[in-house]
Amino acid sequence: MTNTSVTQKTPLYDDHVKLGARMVDFAGWIMPIQYEGLKEEHFFTRNHVGLFDVSHMGEIRVKGPKAVEALQWLTTNDVSTLENGQAHYSLLPNNEGGLVDDIFVYCLEKNSDYLVCVNASNTDKDFAWMTKNNKGADMTNESSAWGQIAIQGPEALKLCDAVFAPIKVSEMARNQIKKSTFKGHQIMIATTGYTGEKGCEVFIEAKGTSELWNALLTNPAAKAKAIGLGARDTLRTEMKFSLYGHEIDDASNPYEATLGWAMKPNAKDFIGKAAIVKVKEQGLKRKLIGFKMLERGIPRQGYEIKKQTGEKIGVVTSGTHSPSLDEPIGIAYVETSFTTEGSQFFVDIRGKLVKAHVVKTPFVNKT
Amino acid sequence: MSFNIPENYLYTKDHEWALVQSNIATIGITEFAKDQLGEVVYVDLPKVGDKLNQNQTFGVVESVKAVSDLYAPISGTVTEVNAALLDNPDSLNTNPNTEGWLIKVQISSESEISSLMKPEDYKKLITQS
Repeated sequence: MTNTSVTQKTPLYDDHVKLGARMVDFAGWIMPIQYEGLKEEHFFTRNHVGLFDVSHMGEIRVKGPKAVEALQWLTTNDVSTLENGQAHYSLLPNNEGGLVDDIFVYCLEKNSDYLVCVNASNTDKDFAWMTKNNKGADMTNESSAWGQIAIQGPEALKLCDAVFAPIKVSEMARNQIKKSTFKGHQIMIATTGYTGEKGCEVFIEAKGTSELWNALLTNPAAKAKAIGLGARDTLRTEMKFSLYGHEIDDASNPYEATLGWAMKPNAKDFIGKAAIVKVKEQGLKRKLIGFKMLERGIPRQGYEIKKQTGEKIGVVTSGTHSPSLDEPIGIAYVETSFTTEGSQFFVDIRGKLVKAHVVKTPFVNKT
Repeated sequence: MSFNIPENYLYTKDHEWALVQSNIATIGITEFAKDQLGEVVYVDLPKVGDKLNQNQTFGVVESVKAVSDLYAPISGTVTEVNAALLDNPDSLNTNPNTEGWLIKVQISSESEISSLMKPEDYKKLITQS
């Protein structure tokens, strides 16, 4: 865990308090867990547009003629395929084949300027790791310079087109990034997100964050609401998106975590490659799956998955009551023989074995 | 936010209430507890006949986000459970003080009643937190 004795505030702290948010300590940051209520916020994002303060996320800039070489060594995805303004999901592996973090890599200028967006709780660890294993790139931790707002939901693009005109965010493909300005502040608009909804994530010079936040809340193009970390978690869980510290950590294998699509071992060498690939070649022992309950109970992180005999065959990584489906859903690592759709097992909920089965994911279909 | 704290109930620091009528205590969670939890989506309760010791966990209430243990305010034998909550905890969300009661217990140790908090003390507790 990170040192949480010093609590940091995002540039939107005062705005959250003004909106009546319930503020909690999250990974060393004081963040809004909810405003009106988790369920209301969840549905508002699925039906309209939600605004998320993600300023706590880390931004690491990788520049210079050695930028690609460094990123190819540090990350699992193939950075050489990114053209100007393109982005991809990737992973920072460690030497043992586990994961330092999961990240997004944005290509601002091919071969010379990349932005790496990392998890808030991992920013210092990631920057130290990247610096230690650098291959001659210029690396700067720009995290305190940037605020970040995620704008997500079926009406998000309409709102973004109005606020960021003349840029047409609605005409940008998924996983693109574009530089612009907002009221004189530098911004970068990225068509990425963590909810499964349409929308974007906007990086903005820290001092302009509050002005942008309030412009998004008040622009008449769409009715937007502030959404807390509580709904952010249920939204991502419904999509079976991984969260560091839940689905993945420093001992996770990317193939077991079903993140093989972000692995490009045939294209290049990278840290921990042999160890990661070996796990796959020997045959995966466990895999990450989504499941639903066949009997009463809500699965939670850390609950054990068992056979009826009580033999342990897995562990829950995330679990909640899905607001969209109005039923419990869970994500778990289970032994490979229990990973096909319909496979039954039991979740140990406070000592009681409660029946569950593997289902298709994402739990909620968003296309 | 103001919470309704009935004068004829007794309370615990775990934000539960007990209504003592002769030797039966009806037990529930307070409006304050409900507000802290958010919407309750799942309730787990003991069975009729189960014996509870004071401060022992006897069930859970879960919101989307959190699991909260329920602690027996008083020792006794469960005589009734609010089974409607198991299928649909809505009444717990709307009226935790009344229709949303959890269990009824036949009190085994009347001396424990004096260890429960008076309404005015409970009021003080939640205004401090």
